[in-house]
Parts: sequence; structure tokens; C-alpha cells
Amino acid sequence: MTADLANVTNLALAGLLTGLVYGLMALGLSVIFGIVRVVNFAHGEMMTIAMYAAVVLNAALGLDPFLAVLIVAAAFFAFGYALQAGLINPFITRPEHSQFMLLVAVALIMVNALLVIFGPSARGVQLDYLLESIEFGALLIDRGKAYAALVACATSALLFAFFRFTATGKAIRACADNFLGAKVVGLNVKRYYALTFGLGSACVAVAGCMMILLVDVTPVIGPAYTLLAFVIVIVGGLGSMGGALLGGILIGVSEAMAGLLIQPSAKSMFSFALLILVLLLRPQGLLGRKP
Amino acid sequence: MNRRDFNKAAAAVGAAAAFSPLNVRAQAQKLKVGVILPRSGVQGFIGQSCQKGADLAPGVIKEMLGVDIELMNADWETNVDVARTRAERLIQEGAHVLVGPFDSGAAAAIAQVAEQRGVPFVINIAAAPQITEQGYKFVFRNFQTAPDIVRNGLALIGDLFRATNVAPRSAVFMHVNDTFGQAMRGAIGAILPSQTQLPFKIIETIAYDPAAKDLTVEVGKAKASKADFLLLVCRLNDGIILRREMIKQKWNPMGVVGPGSPGMYEEQFFKTLGKHSEHCISNVPWYNSKAELTKVVEKAFLKQNPKDKLAYHGLNVGFTFEAILIAADAFKRARSADPKTLAEAIRQTNITSKMMLGGPIKFNAKGQVEGIGSACLQNLNLLPTVVLPESAATAKPVFPAPGYQRV
Amino acid sequence: MNRKAVLLLCILGIFLLILPKITNAYVLSVATLILFFAYTGQAWNVMMGFAGQLSLGHSLYVGVGAYAAAGLFFHYGVGPWAGLWLAIVLCVLLGMLIGFLAFRFSISGVYFALLTIAFAEFTRIGFDHIDWLGGPGGLFIKVAQRDKMDLLNFRGPPAMYYYAILALAAGAFILCFFLLRSRAGYYWQAIRENEEAAQALGINVFRWKMLAVAISSGLTAIAGVFYAFYYNNLFPEQIFHISRSIEIILGPIIGGVGTLFGPILGAAVLTLLADGITELLAAMGLEFPGIKQVFYGVVLLLVVMFLPHGIWPALAKRLGVAR
Repeated sequence: MTADLANVTNLALAGLLTGLVYGLMALGLSVIFGIVRVVNFAHGEMMTIAMYAAVVLNAALGLDPFLAVLIVAAAFFAFGYALQAGLINPFITRPEHSQFMLLVAVALIMVNALLVIFGPSARGVQLDYLLESIEFGALLIDRGKAYAALVACATSALLFAFFRFTATGKAIRACADNFLGAKVVGLNVKRYYALTFGLGSACVAVAGCMMILLVDVTPVIGPAYTLLAFVIVIVGGLGSMGGALLGGILIGVSEAMAGLLIQPSAKSMFSFALLILVLLLRPQGLLGRKP
Repeated sequence: MNRRDFNKAAAAVGAAAAFSPLNVRAQAQKLKVGVILPRSGVQGFIGQSCQKGADLAPGVIKEMLGVDIELMNADWETNVDVARTRAERLIQEGAHVLVGPFDSGAAAAIAQVAEQRGVPFVINIAAAPQITEQGYKFVFRNFQTAPDIVRNGLALIGDLFRATNVAPRSAVFMHVNDTFGQAMRGAIGAILPSQTQLPFKIIETIAYDPAAKDLTVEVGKAKASKADFLLLVCRLNDGIILRREMIKQKWNPMGVVGPGSPGMYEEQFFKTLGKHSEHCISNVPWYNSKAELTKVVEKAFLKQNPKDKLAYHGLNVGFTFEAILIAADAFKRARSADPKTLAEAIRQTNITSKMMLGGPIKFNAKGQVEGIGSACLQNLNLLPTVVLPESAATAKPVFPAPGYQRV
Repeated sequence: MNRKAVLLLCILGIFLLILPKITNAYVLSVATLILFFAYTGQAWNVMMGFAGQLSLGHSLYVGVGAYAAAGLFFHYGVGPWAGLWLAIVLCVLLGMLIGFLAFRFSISGVYFALLTIAFAEFTRIGFDHIDWLGGPGGLFIKVAQRDKMDLLNFRGPPAMYYYAILALAAGAFILCFFLLRSRAGYYWQAIRENEEAAQALGINVFRWKMLAVAISSGLTAIAGVFYAFYYNNLFPEQIFHISRSIEIILGPIIGGVGTLFGPILGAAVLTLLADGITELLAAMGLEFPGIKQVFYGVVLLLVVMFLPHGIWPALAKRLGVAR
């Protein structure tokens, strides 16, 4: 294998793995929007909190983020449930700008509460294997990234299975498909919404615990991830679960390739261009259903 | 309740109070210094680091000059609109001089307020050369401009190669694509060709997004350039990501050299990377650890931050402290806190007993201090250590870094 | 608008006119900021409040407008009065391009909002790579003597900027007053309430939505020109940033979307709130960085929860004036 080809393959592979973790983060957003029809503008901020949770568990109890993820996800499920039941449910019939305001305010509170509590310095987890790479000839695979991507796949599979095979999952999908109909047959729609928000939040929690393996966390990184999650879900299809993963991979790989071909600082322009194109040509996203 | 507290309370009661003309310009017994730093928002980390330099200033300066200083702290939240209104507010509350703000955009905004209100503004850190090119009369800067930083940084690279007897042929230049990184790139492009004593050429330039979450591609590209060493202008978080990525991709060039960039000498860099932070080099304006004043400041610093080390905040604390020192020194000579008199006195500044490297603090006609020195800092034993110039060095430089592997 | 409202408006107008005479520079700078956001909020409101098109990317027009005028001034010495027209034309074209793409492909609601974000972000990163306009290093335009008034180049003391933005805000207010009562206004409101029904009634929905976008983006461009010459330095990271888009729309949402007074009231409340909290916390000795924004967020949350239509409609009822 020539050095150049190896380099391109390495980068594409890295893009793929990172993309899977991004996809998991976006999955939470997509699930919430697909069912509750509310765009969670505090999504990146919620992931930031999960990242801090993983850091704290690691520092205090020496927990590896791969174990901490169970605790954080459970806590986030409860948190998401409460958020939807307490704050967002009254807003589901309000206009979009009103929902937007609500979640922007929530995001503002989250970012700055983190700043007050943790201070502005970056935090991370120090684990030796995070700096190792698995070597296959000229191929180098980042160990942390690979594990994180595996967890992302497993979590997505679990979520798919939940929505497809469990009674609760089916009921939730029914709420999304036909709000009135679901009410008529006696489903407690608001409860299912809260459940969904909880699930979406748990997804974000897993993504956060994986993300801390890749980057350090500061209170202010949230908005950038919120935006990234938007780009991914829209490209993949807002509300489509497979689309979120596909979008993540697409953005991950295309940014890697764009960075290789053009000036890397301009590579996210490429993502936004992709987003604009998808919105214009296939507004429902690559795997989305017609709205 | 003193007058200032009273005014604050009054203002807090409601907008009505804010509309009453407050005239609180105090008698000239105490110098009121408005310190305006980004203590929250994206730059919160550095703003809080600078704040440590401000917090220790009144005590140290009281000892040194016998001048009483009252700090009026304001947070500009990394938002230029806020920087502007906070500056106005500080002046309204009676600040005799403004100090801050660690950012060129905010500095430009505050400079205009200072100029309009005729209140001196001493910039602690901000490198955009334009700020002192506007013909301002109340704006002073005791910090290197981007071209100065680069000129000094490159000269130190030459010294480094001479001291270690190494002559790398090629460099890959990576820089963060923000205000500072852009200014540095411009300066390097303009200055490097004239530095014929430097043996290396830049064979590739890679700009990356300041908000980059992942630098895999960037590092992959840099590695593929097969350059002898990495010339790096980064910030803190991206610096950490980049260094990690180098390890993961098993890229070990002769060294990572910052020709004047923050990031690699900051505490977090060491904490996060541990042994992998070793041997990175930053050529930056720095304090002279052998200077008398540095020892005094370090003592005060450790008293206020017992668990911390001055070396982790060297540049931020040093220049913030010196900015306040400049104001206090002028206040002492002018014997007045009248802003015009104070500005005039600042213009006449000639401080020879200083903390940071370089010649005396003297402002030129534009309000810029010339001849501020830089040091070559190398990360040795988890501490930023001065290795050049020899007069200030506390260790010898190591280059190429151990573990160097030709790609 | 009833008699009481006219009376209130006159009092407010007189108060604003004499403000520079009766107050200090700090209050004046805060007032300038409030009017800036009142103006941009009003401009945004034309699109969202009147025609129901949610834009979350209005920083795009502020930025392009600012860079157009500042670039002309910086490179060719062309003053802002000429640059203004370039700014307006560019922004209207840009707005109509986005509108055309979106409305032709029937993108609406959240999708439209995200499209506007995408365009603004795309442009932000793009401007980071235009060296001619300073790139991320920023564009600094020469700051002239502060006491000399030079209307031709829009240079002068703070009071001049204050009156300029006051005139803009007042102009936008009057324009919106008439717009709301014009045919366009009624069509817009019909579209906002129910687009399909409006279409069924024979309203050319596409054309009227485009008009709203054009007016909104053109008005915002003027704000950009003002911004450029008030601050004298521009950075893509700041001016195009999504947080600026959010700042622009917070005012009208808090004040009352679709109302005439909402944007003005909202801008005033939010700016005074931010400064008030800062002062209050300082007086209480609570100086943790970030705590101010937490309180600010809580207040936003409470307002949006308990006053779903904004402050103005509730206040107007109290005062007994028409919305």
C-alpha cells in the first residue's frame, strides 16, 4: 500500500468512527423531534453535562467512561423525562419560536451553571489506552475512537429494537404517527412524550460519555455540538433514526475528505453546503419520510 | 457603606437610578482601576487567569510605590457589546483608568470608549497591530503586536537551532484560523523570507477551525508532508487535541515549536497530557524569573493561589500586573487621578524595574511599548521552563525531542 | 391605535429625543444598544411576526451589510451613504435567494429556520477565508477624530450615533405601522395564520412571502452598516455568529411577536435586565463568572412560560391601549 493511499484510508476510517459517535448524539435529537416534534435547541448543552458527569465519575470513583455510561444514561433518562413532563409538555402546542425560546433559555442556564460549578478550564479523562492505536500494516486505528464507535452502534441497535419490538416503543410511534388517533384510543400521549424525551436524553448521555474519550470538555462547547447535531439530522432526515447515523457517518467522512482536499479550516463550510443542498433537493433528508 | 457601594446599590434598584447623573469622580487619594476581562464565555478560562494578576496588584503595588489602588472588576463575557457597555459603566462609576481585555476585538471597542470619554486605557494583552495605529491619545499597549511576536519568535528559533546545533530543512506550519492565528500567519509570511539565517522552509501551511472538535485530518496532512518539525500557532484546547492526535498517529517530528502562541505552556496542557506535554516549545513574551519584581509577584501569587504555580499563568498574570503597575506609576508621578493628567503621565512612563523580559516600559508616540522581549519556553519536567535567552534561562534546550523519528 | 396609545408614544418620543441632554454617556451607550436591537428586532419581526417565517440567521444580513459598507470605505474611501445602497441591494438579493430556494421547494417551519442558520454559518466560515476583507483577523476601519462631526462619513460623537439609530428605529416603527395596515400586511397575517387557507383564497403566497423577506433583509442590512461605523471593526466570528442571530430575535419574542411595540419593549427589557442583573449581583457580592447568565436565562424561561405572547400584549391590556 502506498503511503498516500494509507493516509487517505486512515483518515476516512477516522472520519467514519467519529461520524458514528456524532451520529449517536444526533440520534437523540432525531428521536425527540420525530416523536415530540420539538427541536431540542439545548441538545449540545445536554451532552456537555453528560461529559462533565463522566469526568466527575472518573475523577471521584475512578470509573471508566465505558462503565460510567450506565449511570449517566439512567440519570439522564430521568432528567429528560422530568424536563419534558415539567417544562416542555405545555409547549408542544405552542408555535416554534416559543419552543425555541424555551430551549435557548434552558441551554443558557445549562452552559453557565456548568461554568459556575466547574470553572472555565477544560476537563477530560486520562486513560492510557486513549493514546494508543491499533496497527494493521500501514493502517492506524485510534483505540478510543473504535470503542466509542462500537458503543454507538450497540446503543443505536438497542434503540431500534425498542421501537420495533416492544409495546411501549410501538405506542410511542403511534403517538408520532397520529397524535389525535393515539389520544382517541386512550394512550397517555404526554407520558409517552416524556418517555421519548427521556430516551433521547439517555442517547445523548451515552454520546457524551463516548465523546469525552475523544475531546476535552469546557462549559462553552455545547452550542457547537447543537449545531452539528442539527446538520447531521437534517442531512439524514429529521425524525429518522437510521438517517441520523447515516448523516453522522456522511458528515464525518466528508469532513475528513474535504479537510484533505481543501483548507481544513473551511471544511465545516462543506457540511453546511451539504446541508443546504439536502434541504433544497430532499428537504425531508436522505432517509426521512415526507413531512 | 462607601460611596461606590452606594452607587452600585442605587443603580441596582432600577433603571430610574441609572438616569440620575452620577458624579463620583473621587479625590486623588486612591487610583480606581477598571479591570475588564472575559471571565465568562468562550475566553473565560484566560480571563480568569489574567484576573489573578489583577487581584495581586493592589497589595504588591502598595508595598512598592505606596499607592492605594481600588480594583473595579468587570466581566465582558466574551461579547464585544458587553465590553463596550461595561467600559462605559466603569468610567461612569469613576474608574480613572481601564485595564484589559485580552482580545483584540474587545480592545478595539473599549479603545473607542476610552478615547471618547478621555480616560486612559492600558491594554494588557491584545496583538492586532491596528489598535495602536488609529491615532488614539488615551490608548496604551504594553504587549507585543503580532509582527513583533513573530519577529522575536523566529529569532529565538534561530537561537534554538544554534544552541542545539541542529539545522532542520523543512517545517509544516499549522495555525488556528481565528483573529490571532490569522495575524500570526500574515506576520510569518511577511517576516520569514527576510530571515535568511533560518535554515528551514515552510513546505505546507494548514489552517484549522478554532472550534475544531477533531484534528485527525489536519495532523494526517501534516504528517504526510514529511516536514522536519511542526511550527504551531494554536490555542489551548486545540493544542491538546493536536498533540494527542500526533501521538495516536505516531508522528514524532523533531519538535513542536510555537513561534509565539498560547496553549502549550498552560497548566491544562500539562495536566491533560502529562508526559506527552514534554519538550514542546513556545516562544512567547514571558517574565524574567531572575528579576526582583518577579520574585515579589510570585510570592504574592502563591499567597493568593497556594496550589497554583506562576509559571502556568506567566504571560497573563505578568502583563495584567504590569498594566496596573503602569497606571499606578503614572498616578504617583502625576499626583492626580485626572484622566488627562494621568494619560500624559502614562505617556512619560519609564519603568526599568519590571517583571517581563525586554527593555524598559516606554511608550512611543502611538502608545505602544517597543522592545518587549520573548523567551523560548520548553516544557521540561511538566513545567514551562525558560531555555533561551541564556541570560534568563534556567535550563538547556532539548532539540530534537527524544523519540524523534524521520517520517 | 387609540388616543391613549398616541399619547404614550409622544411621551416616549420626547423622552428619547431629549435623552442625550439629560443623561450620561453610559446610559447613552446602553440606549444606543437597546435601539439597535429594537431596530433589528423590528426588521426580523416583519418576516416572523407578520408573515410567519422563522429566521434564525439574521446575523447574515447584519454581517453582509456591515462588510459591504465597511469594505467599500476601507478599500476605496467610499462613504457609508453610498455603501448603504450596496449593503441593501446585496442583502435583499441574498434574502430573496434564500427565500426563493426555500419557498419554491416549500420548505417551512423548523426546516426553514435551520436553512437560515445554515446560510449564516456557511457565510461566516466563508468570510473567515476572504483575506481581502481581513479574514478572521478582522476589518478595522479608521477611527476619526471624536469631537468633529462628519455626517458625510458618518463620524461623530456618541450622540450622533444615538440619534441615527433612534431615527432608524422610529423609521422602522412607522414603516411597520403602515405595513401592517396595508394590503401586504393583511395578506401576511393570513399566510401566518394559515398558509393553505390563504393560498385557497387566491393569495399569491410565494410573492408575498418574498416581499416580507426582502423588506426584512434590506432593513437588517442598514443595521449592519450602522454597526460597522459604530464599532469600526468587524470580525466574522462575531458578526455572523449564531449567538448574534439569537440576540436579535430575543427582543421581539420576549416583547411580543407580531406586535409593533414588542421589539422595542423586548430590547429595552432584555438590555436593562442584563445590566440590572450584573449590578445587582455585584451589589450582593456574587461575582462568580457565569452566574449572571444563569439568572438571565431563568428570567427568559419564566417570561416565555407565563407570557406566551410576550410582554407587550399583556402590558397593553393593563394600560388599556390597543395591541
